[in-house]
Amino acid sequence: MLRRARSLPIQKPVTMAPASFQLIAALVLRETSIVYEPRKEYLVEARLHPLAAQAGCADIDAYIQLVATDALERRKAIDALTINETSWFRDNAPYQAFTDTMLPELVTQRAARRHLTIWSAACSSGQEAYSIAMLLDQHLPAGWTADILATDVSTAMLARVEAGRYSQVEMNRGLPATHLVKYFTRVGAEFEIVPTLRRMVRTRHLNLAERFPAVGQYDVVLLRNVLIYFDQPTKHGILRRMHQHVAPGGYLLLGSSETTLDLPPDLNAMWEREQIGRVQAHRPAGSIAAPRPASSSISAALTGARP
Amino acid sequence: MTQSPMDQSPTDQRPTGQSALIVDDSKAMRSILRRIVAGLGFETTEAGHGQEALDHLEAATAIGRVPDLCLIDWNMPVMDGYTLITEIRKRPEWRNVTLMMVTTESEQGQIVRALAAGAHEYVIKPFTPDAIAEKLELLGLVSKGVLA
Repeated sequence: MLRRARSLPIQKPVTMAPASFQLIAALVLRETSIVYEPRKEYLVEARLHPLAAQAGCADIDAYIQLVATDALERRKAIDALTINETSWFRDNAPYQAFTDTMLPELVTQRAARRHLTIWSAACSSGQEAYSIAMLLDQHLPAGWTADILATDVSTAMLARVEAGRYSQVEMNRGLPATHLVKYFTRVGAEFEIVPTLRRMVRTRHLNLAERFPAVGQYDVVLLRNVLIYFDQPTKHGILRRMHQHVAPGGYLLLGSSETTLDLPPDLNAMWEREQIGRVQAHRPAGSIAAPRPASSSISAALTGARP
Repeated sequence: MTQSPMDQSPTDQRPTGQSALIVDDSKAMRSILRRIVAGLGFETTEAGHGQEALDHLEAATAIGRVPDLCLIDWNMPVMDGYTLITEIRKRPEWRNVTLMMVTTESEQGQIVRALAAGAHEYVIKPFTPDAIAEKLELLGLVSKGVLA
């Protein structure tokens, strides 16, 4: 389902009746614990307007009457008012590991080309890709560039990543307020990622369960919380194909609850595991050649990092 | 002073020894926030506006029980949340209190003002319970184990 809200003029006049707002707010509260307070009528209208049009309702009040009696429409309305469960900097530890360990090491390894490549596989609505973009903006040394590929099987999700727009509810999910101010601009009822970060991220349709098209090699591949949805042969096939897309010395990150302890021997031999804080990274065999540089030399490699 | 019971909902985590002051003129919103932060192990107290919150903080300071966290609405009668934050930040004995705005104000200029005045974090209403928990994790007041 395309979940991109239409852009609206700022503070468009509210047309819905107070009783309609109370009804829908009570419904959402009862089913999701999300609170819509008075003064958020415009937000409800922005979210429900496309559904009302789809349902052929003359106005939002008529649509809310429909929602009150039609279970399917109620589900659609609640979905629209409560999207989405994806957080910024989800689980935190992988991002900490990226900033503190992977990035310094990659900056040392890739000093000649001064360019990093990241792949957010199964990117959903883009929070992972843009979270990484924020960290790169803060920590990548001056003069370096980065390219983030965001892929997903859902073209609707890719459209959301390209739009780079997020609702107020989504903005609350794990995004530090300082980042909201620095990396987003308010557009109507939504927040839009700034162009500098938007340009860092490119999208591509990709079904992980099928043969990958030529997507190239990446210094860090984020394949988090997606293998759990596949059966074992498919999961093994993905890890086998993924091996050629992680650059030598690069990292593959899975979800915190995802394990690779059950791999067949040949596939197991392709990957080495490295514990970084609370995160287990997978690296192409042969990548963990030497002890990591001392933290002082890592800091030196990062001198010139943008403030 | 608004009533200040420990929430005893079935989702409660073991008390962490931390306490939170919830400042909002909406009783329903205070109740929702109380359930969320009590569920994360905080002992909770409540106030209906900024002046009541200051009175509470004075009383709590007198008995050596300054809250670890204040959740503060912006628009309230008597004293608004922005003024409350500026008043709290004038007092050195309250410098360790973590301040989080929870408000319908969503303009970036307002967020910048709140942060500049001394707020540590900012949540825009409406929010999900997870959003509060994740912000408290960002602030180091809740550990991942509690969220899991």
